[in-house]
Amino acid sequence: MIEARKIFKSYENKDVLYDINIIFERGKINQIIGQSGSGKTVLMKCLVGLDEVTSGDVFYDERNFTKMSMKERKILRQELGMVFQAGALFDSMPLMDNIMFPLQMFSKMSQADMIKRAEFCLDRVGLSDAGNVLPDELSGGMQKRASIARAIALNPKYLFCDEPNSGLDPKTGVKIDDLIEEITLEFGITTVINTHDMNSVIQHGDNINYIAEGKVEWQGNKNDFLTSRNIKLNDFIYSTELLKRIKARQ
Amino acid sequence: MNFFSSFGKYLQLLYFSLGKPQSWKYFRKQLIDEIALIGLDSLGIVMIISVFMGAVLVIQAGYNIENPLIPKYTIGYGVRESLILEFSPTIVCLILAGKIGSSISSQIGSMRVTEQIDALDIMGINSASHIILPKLIASLISFPFLIIISMMTGMLGGYGAAVIWNIVSASDFIAGMHYYFYPFEIFYAVFKTIVFAFIIVTVSAYWGYNVQGGALAVGRASTKAVVYSSISILLSNLILTKMILGG
Repeated sequence: MIEARKIFKSYENKDVLYDINIIFERGKINQIIGQSGSGKTVLMKCLVGLDEVTSGDVFYDERNFTKMSMKERKILRQELGMVFQAGALFDSMPLMDNIMFPLQMFSKMSQADMIKRAEFCLDRVGLSDAGNVLPDELSGGMQKRASIARAIALNPKYLFCDEPNSGLDPKTGVKIDDLIEEITLEFGITTVINTHDMNSVIQHGDNINYIAEGKVEWQGNKNDFLTSRNIKLNDFIYSTELLKRIKARQ
Repeated sequence: MNFFSSFGKYLQLLYFSLGKPQSWKYFRKQLIDEIALIGLDSLGIVMIISVFMGAVLVIQAGYNIENPLIPKYTIGYGVRESLILEFSPTIVCLILAGKIGSSISSQIGSMRVTEQIDALDIMGINSASHIILPKLIASLISFPFLIIISMMTGMLGGYGAAVIWNIVSASDFIAGMHYYFYPFEIFYAVFKTIVFAFIIVTVSAYWGYNVQGGALAVGRASTKAVVYSSISILLSNLILTKMILGG
């Protein structure tokens, strides 16, 4: 479980996040949704420590991440996996080396065990034949899957995904969402996803947190998401012509 | 104020860059790769430039020394002094600032904009040390060798020009090369080179590491890396020369 408690964040007197209180539960798909510029990426960066909060605390299973020393954070970070929007695979290495990289850095495994583990991770995301391929030679969807494989290499307790299906066609996007859900359930991970993909929210959102202008405007799950009476949330959901038409028909 | 803030950030990056590598085994592999990239890949350009510069120095010295009272071996002596004291350590390092500095800056800048540096940080790896330290150590090892090779090929170029165009006899040129030779000058040149190597890598890495934006920002950082490295080299050259040779 990850808990964001009274998070405030500002840049040069400009407030970006106000009083954010969210609990991200274990074994569930926890989503942060909102328009571009709403503060969801800043919140994720604060959660993983790529950015510092102005005030407030982030707890990883009761361990206060914001109060930790650099050394303590380094240890905790080995329990984190992150899937970046653009994949963030190391472009100078073939996929196999990308997956083995965190193992080479932190595990005491033998070379044979590392290869075995990397092969398992690649197989798990359906890329067992792509071990020798460089990231640039992969499609966007394959890069995302490879990024997931790298993120799970060290058996993380917490998985963060920044817009995992952005830039992908709807079918591939669904596959990525399904894969993240499968991995979350299979390994009992606390998964936090930044997204503004409505299909992903409706299909997988166990714990949805809607952020607007740096505030949590609505919290719920996929069952009550479409029936919410929150005006801002409804404006966000039905901002596309397609969804407006579907709503009108209903 | 901006200068002090940037300098503070540079020192901070330097501090993290000198951190212990996460895995020594992986570091050794990176170091060998970087020596090949920074050292071996620069050997050709350094040799070509040095040969031509040595030849040009001889031609110019021959052109300027027309007085029959000045012995001909002075040409060899002057070329040796120019190459060892200034040309090889300073001019070659300025050229390397363009070649290696821009490469380091754009490589690190690209890693920044594609979130590869964030990925390292998330894993709990000191990204500055992981990326910059192998480049720094590789440069500190490679540059002195490059500069010694530059001196040698420059002298060979000068010798070739002297003999081919009959500017000075081979024996006079070699006599000039040996005339009043202080091995301390080699130490001075190598010391300067090590300082310049440090400047090129750290300044270029600073601009690359702090890139914000996209491809355009990477290009701008690369240009800044070369400009600031070159200015820093010239400034430190003046300071070091005054301190070591200025009396």
